[in-house]
Amino acid sequence: MVTADPPAPLLRVTNLIKHFPGAKALDGVDFDVRAGEVHCLLGQNGAGKSTLIKVLAGAHQPDAGQLHWQGELATIPSPTTALDLGIATMYQELDVVDGLTVAENIYLGHELSRGGLLRHAEARTRTRDLLRRLGHPEIRPGQDVGSLSAAGKQIVSMARALSHDAKVIVMDEPSAVLDPEEVDKLFHVVDSLTAEGLSVIYISHRLEEIRRIGDRITVLKDGRTVASGLAVAETRTGDLIEMMTGRRVESDFGGTGVEEVGEVVLEVAGLALTDVFEDVSFEVRAGQILGLAGLVGAGRSEILETLYGARPAAAGTVRVHGRPVRPGSVARAVHRGIGLAPEERKSQGLLLDEPVYRNITLSTFARFARGGFLDERAERRAAEEQITALHLAPADPDRAIRTLSGGNQQKAMLARWLVHGCEVLLLDEPTRGVDVGARAEIYTLIRRLARQGTTVVMVSSEIDEVLGLADQVLVIADGTVVHEGPTAEIDEHGVLDLIMEGTRI
Amino acid sequence: MSEQAARSVSGAEPSSASLPSTESAPPPAPDEGGQGARARLGGGGLGRSLGLIVALLLICLVGALTSGDRFLDVDNVLTIVRGAAVIGVVSIGMTFVITAGGIDLSVGSVLGLASVWATTLATQAMAEDVHWVVMVFTGVAVGTAAGIVNGIVVSYGKVVSFIATFAMLIAARGLAEIISGRGTQLVTNDGFDDFFNGSFLGVPTIVWMFIVVAALGWVVLNRTTFGRRTVAVGGNAEAARLAGINIRRHTVYVFALSGFTAGLAAVMMLGRTGAGSSTNGMLYELDAIAAVVVGGTLLVGGRGTIVGTVIGVLIFQTLTNVFVLNNLSTSVQALVQGAIIVIAVLLQQRFVVRARST
Repeated sequence: MVTADPPAPLLRVTNLIKHFPGAKALDGVDFDVRAGEVHCLLGQNGAGKSTLIKVLAGAHQPDAGQLHWQGELATIPSPTTALDLGIATMYQELDVVDGLTVAENIYLGHELSRGGLLRHAEARTRTRDLLRRLGHPEIRPGQDVGSLSAAGKQIVSMARALSHDAKVIVMDEPSAVLDPEEVDKLFHVVDSLTAEGLSVIYISHRLEEIRRIGDRITVLKDGRTVASGLAVAETRTGDLIEMMTGRRVESDFGGTGVEEVGEVVLEVAGLALTDVFEDVSFEVRAGQILGLAGLVGAGRSEILETLYGARPAAAGTVRVHGRPVRPGSVARAVHRGIGLAPEERKSQGLLLDEPVYRNITLSTFARFARGGFLDERAERRAAEEQITALHLAPADPDRAIRTLSGGNQQKAMLARWLVHGCEVLLLDEPTRGVDVGARAEIYTLIRRLARQGTTVVMVSSEIDEVLGLADQVLVIADGTVVHEGPTAEIDEHGVLDLIMEGTRI
Repeated sequence: MSEQAARSVSGAEPSSASLPSTESAPPPAPDEGGQGARARLGGGGLGRSLGLIVALLLICLVGALTSGDRFLDVDNVLTIVRGAAVIGVVSIGMTFVITAGGIDLSVGSVLGLASVWATTLATQAMAEDVHWVVMVFTGVAVGTAAGIVNGIVVSYGKVVSFIATFAMLIAARGLAEIISGRGTQLVTNDGFDDFFNGSFLGVPTIVWMFIVVAALGWVVLNRTTFGRRTVAVGGNAEAARLAGINIRRHTVYVFALSGFTAGLAAVMMLGRTGAGSSTNGMLYELDAIAAVVVGGTLLVGGRGTIVGTVIGVLIFQTLTNVFVLNNLSTSVQALVQGAIIVIAVLLQQRFVVRARST
């Protein structure tokens, strides 16, 4: 694939193979990383990215294949070896310890000590230097990590990588938890690191990010390298998607809005949640999709959760079909036909070890029961109908839902509310953790639900998703509504400007 | 138009890219059954129960080899199951609490309290006037009430169940001592005595009670909405809450159930020993937890097995019997019990890791 390039690769991986019981996670991966480059790893969920990272981090041992580090054959039997070589990994689930200070986190596992006594002052001085180097002098070494935002934690994680004198930093979907603004800052840091000669292996499935910071791309599919060392500037997006998914995807959001909208279904007036948002009012009609745009922390998710009764509203009313919904009770909201697909699917939505069908019927199993006794056959039948209708794959109702991809888990969440037959569907980040191919399907599904008369309220950090999918947009900044109007009348820049104007800095 | 485009996309079975294990199969879906079956949970559960049955049979084999006729004697077998009955009923309630993600440390002392309350002079006098069922009712009501208190403190007071039920452990024992004056209260009601020491088809009444409680427990856990909610609350309380399940109320129910079984066990114990005492049920919470854990119920919640619990109780009871028949000290027995718990949990962890990596 890549032949005779002038700079010798810092890291070269050839024909890496890793099996797990019943699954081939890596089935022949080749790629190389040069000094000072941002090398992007691209692939759908399940393509083998995570396993590859863990092999590089010394957490998994490959079954076959070779790894060359600075031109020499090397093995990475343990995480310590990886760090000693100079490969540091920033995991997707932030691996910092709340309750320890920033400095303690950075030197966790390789504490600075003399004669068994910790050298606090030294650690703090060095921490301060590292944070300054990363352009974040505002983070104090003595601060509790728990008090930092996700972006701050990521900086700490990065400082830890640097504290190991890393030559390669592996970043696993670092932008997943960040706002657009924070992503900009992150890219700034990445730029300055590569300018110092460090290499970054950047994992993401957001193609636009890869366009912005990547130098070269390696595409993985089904545990194999499909293409390696592609120059970012010379590769078309369509080709990348085709390589990742093995087919062509039209990146649209499932068509234009419905022509005719029905009566007002959801009315929210003066809704407030102490210290989070206030005076939120809007109406959504049957068949309409309302999108909430704003920064993470602006109160978007909290609005959905308050509507849903999962948080106690401080003021305001919620009406469905003109009838008020008692606040502060999920059971009441569900009863009145409101459904929520939460942001953190795994921790808030799913029973991971339970079979797919039970996850689909989690809100409705009592309906299938007679006198308290479950009718599992009826449950399964209802779930199977949805599995077929939504093209859930694999189409096995008894499989533990943990084993499904993010997109299919999200479909199961939607299926739960389809079985329930809800009138108002609240979707919080419906495509987070969903790979490119499955996104289009989720979009189509949401569109179809709206067309069938469901009222949808969605939150997304991706403004183009809100604008592409919703009919109406509500822009939220710092807990207040700063704009409301049809999505046709505003563009991404307009939304961003509104967000920035409304946000106190 | 665009919907058609997207439909054709989904028709091509795109998201099967999720799992490497299914990738090798030809693209369209209906051939998944064979591979899906491996990831199914039921199979693993049956396999685990088989493992427990094998362990129980091994202990029986040791008993038969070392003590021969004395072990296999009908009276001895009845001794084992009679001993298993009381702790078994407690363990059934405990299975629900642990499946729901909690723990109930108070069952032993609640049993003691219920046994004392059911044998006070006042209760027995009333039983004499009305019917001995009054004593049964009193014991069960006391147990259930203690369980409800536990449940309310845990769910509405947001106290972790370990602490809440630990407090109840201490308090209930104290109350039992106050009521009984640290004395032993003999059961004077003949009707009560006759019923609980009687037998039906050669099987003692209290063993029948254990069988009925276990069977009902299985049905409730596996076949009712109550059981499904219990698993959901233990598996992911937040997801259960957001799905519309009232997890607080359900938590109260689950602890009430555990109190109920402790109260029922107290009555059964009164039948066996004929005396209410504040020391009844001492350390039963540990025996019950051990039986539940060895049986395969996940201590973190979300998966429970009544069959496993029953076998777990029988394993410990048979082990005790084998040790007694061989005149081995209770110290050696405790050592072996400890080892069994560790081994069972180690196996359980392996099982969980495997279930998650496939």
